[in-house]
Amino acid sequence: MNLEGAILTIITAATPLLIAALGELVSERSGVLNLGVEGMMAMGAVVGFATAHLTGEPALGVFASILAGTATAALFGFLTLVLVANQVASGLALTLFGLGLAALIGDAFVSLPGQGLPEINIPILSELPAIGRIVFGQDALVYVGILLTFGVWWFLFRTRAGLILRSVGDNHASAHALGYPVIRVRFMAVLFGGACAGLAGGYLSLVYTPQWTQNMTAGRGWIALALVVFATWLPWRVAAGALLFGAVSILQLHAQAFGVGVPSQFLSMLPYVTTILVLVLISRSSTLLRANTPACLAQPFVPDR
Amino acid sequence: MRKIVATVGTAMALALAAGAAQADDPLKACFVYVGPHNDGGWSEGHDTGRKLVDEMLGDLVETSYIENVPEGPDAERAIERQARSGCGIIFTTSFGFMDPTLKVAEDFPDVKFEHATGYKTAPNVTSYNARFYEGRYIIGQIAGRMSDAGVAGYIVSFPIPEVIMGINSFMLGAQSVNPDFKLKIVWVNTWFDPGKEGDAAKALFDQGVDIITQHTDSPAPLQIAQERGLHGFGQAHDMYEFAPKAQYTAIVDTWGEYYVKRVNAVLDGTWESQATFDGIVDGIMAMADYTNLPDEVVAMAEATEASIVSGEFHPFTGPIYNQAGEMVAAEGEVLDDGALLGMNWYVQGIDDAIPQ
Repeated sequence: MNLEGAILTIITAATPLLIAALGELVSERSGVLNLGVEGMMAMGAVVGFATAHLTGEPALGVFASILAGTATAALFGFLTLVLVANQVASGLALTLFGLGLAALIGDAFVSLPGQGLPEINIPILSELPAIGRIVFGQDALVYVGILLTFGVWWFLFRTRAGLILRSVGDNHASAHALGYPVIRVRFMAVLFGGACAGLAGGYLSLVYTPQWTQNMTAGRGWIALALVVFATWLPWRVAAGALLFGAVSILQLHAQAFGVGVPSQFLSMLPYVTTILVLVLISRSSTLLRANTPACLAQPFVPDR
Repeated sequence: MRKIVATVGTAMALALAAGAAQADDPLKACFVYVGPHNDGGWSEGHDTGRKLVDEMLGDLVETSYIENVPEGPDAERAIERQARSGCGIIFTTSFGFMDPTLKVAEDFPDVKFEHATGYKTAPNVTSYNARFYEGRYIIGQIAGRMSDAGVAGYIVSFPIPEVIMGINSFMLGAQSVNPDFKLKIVWVNTWFDPGKEGDAAKALFDQGVDIITQHTDSPAPLQIAQERGLHGFGQAHDMYEFAPKAQYTAIVDTWGEYYVKRVNAVLDGTWESQATFDGIVDGIMAMADYTNLPDEVVAMAEATEASIVSGEFHPFTGPIYNQAGEMVAAEGEVLDDGALLGMNWYVQGIDDAIPQ
């Protein structure tokens, strides 16, 4: 078995999940549950692909996918934060809306070969034996995902703004009483979540499989959502979960190609079961769990002036 | 009381008006797809057929489709909705729609149903299928000749007879030119997930196969093949545009003629329930252009294609042995359609077990 190839594939499989989940984590930490990740991803995927195709610039496509995700999230923010609509219902609606609109926009772009984002190639370093391609030779967005993990952790737990964001998610009434702009903080968090989901979608249509087809997100938004919960809203656990999910889903394919005598249905189930099991085990301390769960998650907030 | 009479009267008048309108209306031909109508694969193949119906029969018919219908309980609801909306003939185009189609057909005896790739029929349900194994034998032969490693990767969806039949036919084709040919099989348990199909292709290439083929619907595996400078075959649709350097050929579904024929049969009242199993010769499928291949391999593929079309050769001609080494078809014996459509065993040489 080609270990380098397997590791490269695992990282690319984990990256879209990681990026989307980190965005959702920030949104949920501020107290907003956005179930529309799948829809925002689809929008990011189609707009990113279309832009790359029309301009011939995959990098522009990446930016366009971020913008598309942000715009879709803004709609959600307007509904749930300004009009105080139910977050669960609005999120589900956003998924349906996003998937549908993406299919409509994408109709003209199906069955067109896409522009793939090139892999980074640093002379000498990328050619190092064994680790060269893994450490220095991936596409740029893989590094964005890694930086984002550190960035989100640092922001949430090492900056004042992050503290405010968490306090808004834990007790919006107190945060409001202290004079923090609850709605504005939440809106920014939702937009960040949308940007990440859009980027994750762009990753699918520009790097993972450079093409646009309807439903190409294939449920990855929902996996990202689940990762956030099972990772108890901690960035490094999200990263661990995404990598684990990627690893098991790729290795089960390798196991099949290798011809191990295990039923394929069981192997297909493994990524889900293993990831949930491991994340539940590492977060089984109930005090920690309570400390990390945003207490105001999915609760609407109307300032009482 | 007067109000009730009036309501009933209005309802009856409406019903009469509807009945009168129906007589002049074009026949509604409806389609149910498992994926998006433009998936670049299986469902698009059917949608191209639908468009041909539109084109050929013009004002006589009105076609429509529902896409992205998941196999399972939801399918029944979707098919029933089509039946209720006044469709005269409904094509349900995925294996998993078989039982839902039969169930809905019971409640709508006047509507004609046509189910693709299944094996059950009813007085108002026809089953139709294409002999895809003919194409798979040809691409198997090509793989046997072109693979330096002598190993091909096969990405598959679900262990249903249709899929098993394809794997066996591909393997028989490959063995006909390279008796030691090996096959690595990966089940992705989905018909359509570009990411997962691409991952499966990567895993297979990483394990040393140099040719892949697939029984899933997206062009992602071929794109990976192109990225790696390796090769593969298009599925259901000519996928040349996605991988101009990687595609050898593709098994292209051309359902259109069949659809036109069947819709016409409803129009002139000759429609009857039947079980259709057509091959390349009937025009229900075709091989895409042979590309990226040396002339002699193209010649071999074309010769095989011609002998299948002429009926001279059948891919499942004995001697055929199963994995246990038992003879399934004797020298010169051809497996009958029943054996093909219920296939649940691998031919000798496949080094894997069918998931149960």
